[in-house]
Amino acid sequence: MQAGPGELVAIIGPNGAGKTTLLSILAGISAADEGEVVADEGAVGWVPQQAALYRRLTVEENLLLFARLEGHEDPAASVEEMLELTGLRERRGEIVARLSGGNQQRINIAIGLLSRPAVLLLDEPSVGLDPRQRARLWEFVSGLAGRGTTVIFSTHDIQEAERYGGRVLVLADGESLFDGSAEELREAVRSEAPESADRDFETAFVAYLQHRGH
Amino acid sequence: MRGVRWLLLKDLQILRRSPLQAVLLVAYPILIAVLVGFAISRGPEDPRVAFLNEVPANTRINVGGAELPKANVKKQVCERVECVFVDDRDEAEAKVESGDVLAALILPSDLVNKINSLSTLTPGVPEVEVLVNEENAVKAELVDDRITTLLAEANLRIARRIGNEGGRYLGLIVDGGQFQVLGESIPILGLRTSARILETVTPALPPRLRPSLEQVTEFAAQARDNLDVAKPLIDRLAQPIKVDKVVVGGESPPLEIFAIAVAATLTLAFVVVLLVAGSLALEREENAFSRLTRGLVSETGLLGEKVLLGVAVGLVVTLLMLLGMRIFVPLDLGRIGLWLAAILVAAASLGAAGAALGAAAREVRAVSLLAFMVTLPIAFLSLVPSGAVGPGAFDAIRYVTALFPFKPALEAITAALDESRSGIGGPLLHLAVLFAAYATIARLALRRFAAV
Repeated sequence: MQAGPGELVAIIGPNGAGKTTLLSILAGISAADEGEVVADEGAVGWVPQQAALYRRLTVEENLLLFARLEGHEDPAASVEEMLELTGLRERRGEIVARLSGGNQQRINIAIGLLSRPAVLLLDEPSVGLDPRQRARLWEFVSGLAGRGTTVIFSTHDIQEAERYGGRVLVLADGESLFDGSAEELREAVRSEAPESADRDFETAFVAYLQHRGH
Repeated sequence: MRGVRWLLLKDLQILRRSPLQAVLLVAYPILIAVLVGFAISRGPEDPRVAFLNEVPANTRINVGGAELPKANVKKQVCERVECVFVDDRDEAEAKVESGDVLAALILPSDLVNKINSLSTLTPGVPEVEVLVNEENAVKAELVDDRITTLLAEANLRIARRIGNEGGRYLGLIVDGGQFQVLGESIPILGLRTSARILETVTPALPPRLRPSLEQVTEFAAQARDNLDVAKPLIDRLAQPIKVDKVVVGGESPPLEIFAIAVAATLTLAFVVVLLVAGSLALEREENAFSRLTRGLVSETGLLGEKVLLGVAVGLVVTLLMLLGMRIFVPLDLGRIGLWLAAILVAAASLGAAGAALGAAAREVRAVSLLAFMVTLPIAFLSLVPSGAVGPGAFDAIRYVTALFPFKPALEAITAALDESRSGIGGPLLHLAVLFAAYATIARLALRRFAAV
């Protein structure tokens, strides 16, 4: 697969499909059995599924810590930039544990952005968020893509992939079944599982997977 | 190293942000340490014993018509037990039955008369009476032991005094002198003088009488020589077995120094092991481990930072504790260099063990439980002295405790505190070996830790 600047790629598939494994290979955390990842050093930012930050520190302390660990020349300026980007400037002094799941996820992504990556990997970023928090999160992520960051995210929510993914990659049991736009995926589902064509997209997608032997 | 500095700052911020946890982390080990130190440094409380002395005042033990010096029984008894003086037997019984005292010791009025009868043709059996409430088996045994010891000592004193008196009379027979009977002084010639007189008069006797007289003279000389030997024998009869204590190993520090060393080592062990293990597990629990080790800090750097955190906090807490202890026990501040060496090396070794536990258990709660489950039994096993258990069990304990840094840490800190001890090098080397071993285990365990 390839992804260009500003592209939003959704990786979907059932549990155990290999979504997180693929992202961790792209992030350089896990080694690939085959193939290789081609990216500039430090170009890939990774945001794990569970917020990877210190809940007993404040928003500002978390951002400052990771900015220092990234070796920023002016960590304070980087913190201000991220606070502006996440819209959490007013809550900079709050302990992270007291923030909502959505806001914690925004800080989690902001930490991933501190290395100013060209490619941002998000592992199921909307898990556990309510619809309002989810909408704010995707508004934030879409803004990043709009500024030229390549965003690759995994989800098992088909509607979310269809709505926000400019491109959709379907995985099942470690196999790539589909790579194209959301419209092309609907077409593929319709043609391969015509008996489910008049049902909702999620049911039709499950039938499509069954037709493909998964 | 840059990353280690910021992570250290972060861990201290988290510690400061959780004051209850920080206080518990420091206060709980200190509480345990002080309790253990207090228990070790104090002997058991003296048992309360009712004491009734019915022997008439100024009655003395009499041997061969001579009175022995006053024995001061009350002082002898009340030094060993807490005496509760009672006026009569009924009061003594009531106090024992109510549990107010553990036992009652009654010296009957005829005790001295019966002792005095021992040197007559109709000897009696001197007896003291002990009333015991055996409701509590442990306390009953304690009282039984104390009173048995007291009586053994009393018997020994009496035997010694009788022996001394006997020896004095033997001396009179051998060397002669004045013997007091019913206020009158009777001169005793003595064997030595008798033999000398006989030797003087023998040449003046007719030759046929001389052999008989020479036999008498020879008998007097033999009797004198043998009675000279008898005196030390009588002394030895009073205490036939003498204890000759020779220390052949295991330099023993003063009890209060040892108690402080135990308290300090317990505090250091709990603070360092819990802090290092807990903070390492927290990186996993907060999902930060993978993010950190993805180029921000190496796994070895992260381990080093945790051990450094444990060493820094452990050093401060232990030093403050030792300085606080100086209020009660004189600790030589001139040895502070050795204190620092012992604490730093011990903390590093304990920190490495904590890191291995933290990497193995991975969750903060599991790690805390594991740290207690390992540290507490090891600490108590390290305090078991040789001889308290069978030789096989003691060997097993020795090998097990040698695998954890508590015992060498205790030895190093004891050596650092105790002026009379030398040889801190052995325990420090032991700690260094354990540091290397546990650091390797922790590093290997972190590979498992790194799962996404």
